[in-house]
Amino acid sequence: MTNSKQRQKLILMAAVLVVLLAASMAVDAALPSYHIAIKVIKKATVYALVAVSMNLLNGFTGLFSLGQAGFMLLGAFSYGVLTIPVAKRPGVYQYFDGGAIQFSLPEIFSGFLGDTVGSTVGMLLALLVGGLLAALMAWLIGLPVLRLKSDYLAIATLGFAEILRAFFQWNALGPVTNGSNLLKNYPDFTHATSYIILAGLLVAVIVLLINSTYGRAFKAIRDDEVAAEAMGINLAKHKRMAFIISSFFAGVGGGMLAMYNGTIAAASFKSTMTYEILLIVVIGGIGSISGSVIASFLYIFSSEWLLRGLDSGKFLGINAPGLFKNGFRMAVFSVIIMVIVLFFRRGLMGDRELPDLLDRKPKRRKEAAGK
Amino acid sequence: MQAILPYLINGISVGGQYALIAIGYTLVYGILRLINFAHGDVFMVAGLVMVYATAAMPFYLALPLVLAVTVLLGFAIERAAYKPLRSAPRMSVMISAIGVSYLIQNLAFYITGGVPQPVVNPIPWISGNIMVLGASTKRVTLVTPILTILLVAGLVYLINHTKIGMAMRAAAKDFETAQLMGIKINAVISMTFVIGSFLAAVGAMLYFTNYPSVAITSGGMPGLKAFVAAVFGGIGSIPGAVVGAFIIGLCEEVIKGLGYTTFSDAFTFALLIVVLCVKPTGLFGEKVTDKV
Amino acid sequence: MKKLFALLLALAMVLSLAACGGGNGGGDADDGQGGSDGANKVVKIGVFEPQTGDNGAGGKQEILGMQYANYVQPTVEIGGETYDVQLEIVDNRTTAENGPSAAAELMNRDVSVVLGSYGSGVSMAGGSVFQEAGVPAIGVTCTNPQVTSDCDVYFRICFLDPFQGTVLANYAYNELGVTTAYTLAMLGSDYDQGLAYYFKEAFEGLGGTVVSEDFPEGSANFVSYINNAKSAGAGVIFAPVSTNYAQLIIEAAAAQGFEGSLLGSDTWDNNMVLESTVGKTVHVDITTFYQESGSEFDNGIKEWINANADAKTNNGGNDTVSAVTAMGYDAYFTALEALKGAGSTDASAVLEALPSVSYDGVCGLVEFDDIGDAKRDQAYIKTANTETGAWDFVKVQGVE
Repeated sequence: MTNSKQRQKLILMAAVLVVLLAASMAVDAALPSYHIAIKVIKKATVYALVAVSMNLLNGFTGLFSLGQAGFMLLGAFSYGVLTIPVAKRPGVYQYFDGGAIQFSLPEIFSGFLGDTVGSTVGMLLALLVGGLLAALMAWLIGLPVLRLKSDYLAIATLGFAEILRAFFQWNALGPVTNGSNLLKNYPDFTHATSYIILAGLLVAVIVLLINSTYGRAFKAIRDDEVAAEAMGINLAKHKRMAFIISSFFAGVGGGMLAMYNGTIAAASFKSTMTYEILLIVVIGGIGSISGSVIASFLYIFSSEWLLRGLDSGKFLGINAPGLFKNGFRMAVFSVIIMVIVLFFRRGLMGDRELPDLLDRKPKRRKEAAGK
Repeated sequence: MQAILPYLINGISVGGQYALIAIGYTLVYGILRLINFAHGDVFMVAGLVMVYATAAMPFYLALPLVLAVTVLLGFAIERAAYKPLRSAPRMSVMISAIGVSYLIQNLAFYITGGVPQPVVNPIPWISGNIMVLGASTKRVTLVTPILTILLVAGLVYLINHTKIGMAMRAAAKDFETAQLMGIKINAVISMTFVIGSFLAAVGAMLYFTNYPSVAITSGGMPGLKAFVAAVFGGIGSIPGAVVGAFIIGLCEEVIKGLGYTTFSDAFTFALLIVVLCVKPTGLFGEKVTDKV
Repeated sequence: MKKLFALLLALAMVLSLAACGGGNGGGDADDGQGGSDGANKVVKIGVFEPQTGDNGAGGKQEILGMQYANYVQPTVEIGGETYDVQLEIVDNRTTAENGPSAAAELMNRDVSVVLGSYGSGVSMAGGSVFQEAGVPAIGVTCTNPQVTSDCDVYFRICFLDPFQGTVLANYAYNELGVTTAYTLAMLGSDYDQGLAYYFKEAFEGLGGTVVSEDFPEGSANFVSYINNAKSAGAGVIFAPVSTNYAQLIIEAAAAQGFEGSLLGSDTWDNNMVLESTVGKTVHVDITTFYQESGSEFDNGIKEWINANADAKTNNGGNDTVSAVTAMGYDAYFTALEALKGAGSTDASAVLEALPSVSYDGVCGLVEFDDIGDAKRDQAYIKTANTETGAWDFVKVQGVE
């Protein structure tokens, strides 16, 4: 690969990012905060982050984990518990005498940093705590679970997420988690741009990681565990590392999802959520960061907004209430997903990234010439 | 005794239902090393078909139809979603399985409109109430474990004493060598799906006779638990799956009886993780080593 | 190249879809579906209800009430002009995580007022969006106190959980003469847990004892729970659960020969629950908002349901009028009153007019207090007749 090629790619990437940022700022400026476009961008951004974190594990390290929803749950709850304003707590924890925790990070920081800066710092800190908690939990369960092979690992992590959910709904922990009841009234970033910047920075960190020595070790493990070990890669250490890092980002993503939702209930973090994210990763291409991001936006935009007509009788001007009834949207989705799984196994991007599209042509030609 | 008897009866009945589903998992896993995530949904579809069929025709026609449709569905899933991926990495096949599960649920949702379909007395005799040692229960509660044992005995005979059974054992032992020995591997795999779906259909008939409605999520939990039972008993082993299912069914109901209802599901998964970490081969499983 | 092409194609598809989506949104405005003559202006009422998920069945019944109301009264006089009323129905899929985007979709369709939702959790999730947009919402059967207490734009026409829990506790203790009760609620459902909490508080306040248990989502076998209730010596089982679980509990209670009474909340007022009691030896008592009485409304809506196959399917295949349907009907007319009072289709004007609305509906008088809750001090208690498969009226019960 030549230097100018490299530069071209960087320029392309930078251009895409600048355009995206400008677009989101324009949308923020033009539309009110309750507009569906903004809601959808926020949700898609969060899903992109979580999908990338799952891809890091499933696509780059080859560890098939289905515990994503559990780690997101941890992140979401830490965010909620740490940021609900003290004055609102008696209302939120109505069955638990106002709850056991009587402080709120954004309020503490507003005290000496001013309202805007302080509450932002507090919110970011709460997200960070959520990520760290998820990472800690990953470290704990990683010890036994990561020794398991592919499908056993999947089912064990799935089971773990379910156990976690039962704990968070347990009334004995109610003073902290609010049991089965909703957490709400915590602060949110109004602008979609804030979401994009935050998630963008986190994804950038993941990209840097993947391109580092560690990232190469992860890929080596994915491609051939035995060979990787023979090359001197410490399997246990690297697997656990990938698991912990992925969980950290899932935790932060969970916190951001909570922010977007405005309410947190443990009941939302079911295995269905994990499956949904997994399918996004598959659509985007297992092993492609930009694929996951693009697929998240495509999936969330169409399912939450553009294809709603499929469910309500009228779509693309066609009026067919008999066909376009409730559930048709999801049925169409699942058919598309099966088609991708069976016939376009590489998804949208395969294991390529957005800038790689530039050098596709010469490579293909060479292959053709070789044949 | 009088106090815990209802829990035991119920636990055995639940265990019998899990057992019928667990066999489907264990057979498929034994040969393909694939967790057939769609199996729980096949079970749910069998329930739905029963609802529609018994509404349209007398039960002695409807029940064979349910069996036929379910078996066909299992067969079709294997041919459409797993066979094309036979040489693909295991992860792809598993993703395909999750995709199929997603597809079946969403299609069922579309067809039923998301409303649980009421089950109206599909099989007349077995939904009646009887008294067992002073505890009231439904007749199906007793029929389930007995029928389960009978079917399992038949299956064990099939596997140990028939030609197709021998082929299945060979394929489970060593997939590629079996192929080299002239075993029609695709036929064997189809057969495992057919048997698994057949038992799931029987399980669904018994299960949903017990309950007033079939919801599209009805297959999820029993499916997962049956899978745990299969792992617990040692995946690939039929007696293991059955024993595992009965143990899990009993444990669950006893835990509810002890008052830890919040954790009755969580317990099953905790058991799974402990078994996987301590003795991954389960109660009756064989040790597998990694081939380089 | 092929991949790139595929990607471009996908992108083009999405863009065109986006264009169509936008076009649809704009197109609806001058479609004027609601009325027969296109000359009238259109006012849009948003319907924020679950049509899928756990509460899908209940949400559909609630929508039926609104659709029937819209059929009975398709126009409204606002500021001297006649407007066609158009219902904009959006599915919030029962769960809180789908609430915000569904609510935002309604805002996108430019509605003047929102009706819904069936459940409280998703109402709260949507509430923050309505608040940002300044569009008033009228809760139909969301009974959690927090729906209105933290949200200035949310009003509701139903009674609240503390009230309902207390009514049932009083009924069980005073009327049924029971001193030990067993509550069964689903883990993770704030509705279930909230009602169980208030019931327990009230029942223990009266001097009774309560044993509380939870079941995990997706449970089907309730036999052990019934046995727990029996061994606790409970005279009633209070299970404020969604309709699907209500049927399962009735089935298990009948099979286990539970002799006490099953107490249900407003969710139990549903045809499928009713049908599952037929021919069984169970005793089911519920509190609800409405009792069928052969009134003009009852006959009208039955006729409408029977003439409309879709409506009948959504109502569970028969023409029994659920309380939520009647409540949906009242909610629609409450919204019309507010529109009339506002004299404009502007959401902020409607918001200002809502607190002073007074409407005498089929479920009783609708008036709001300072928080935005309906002033209701009575609930209907009905019992399931296991022979005829109908609800029999028992009494009107208050808190006292």
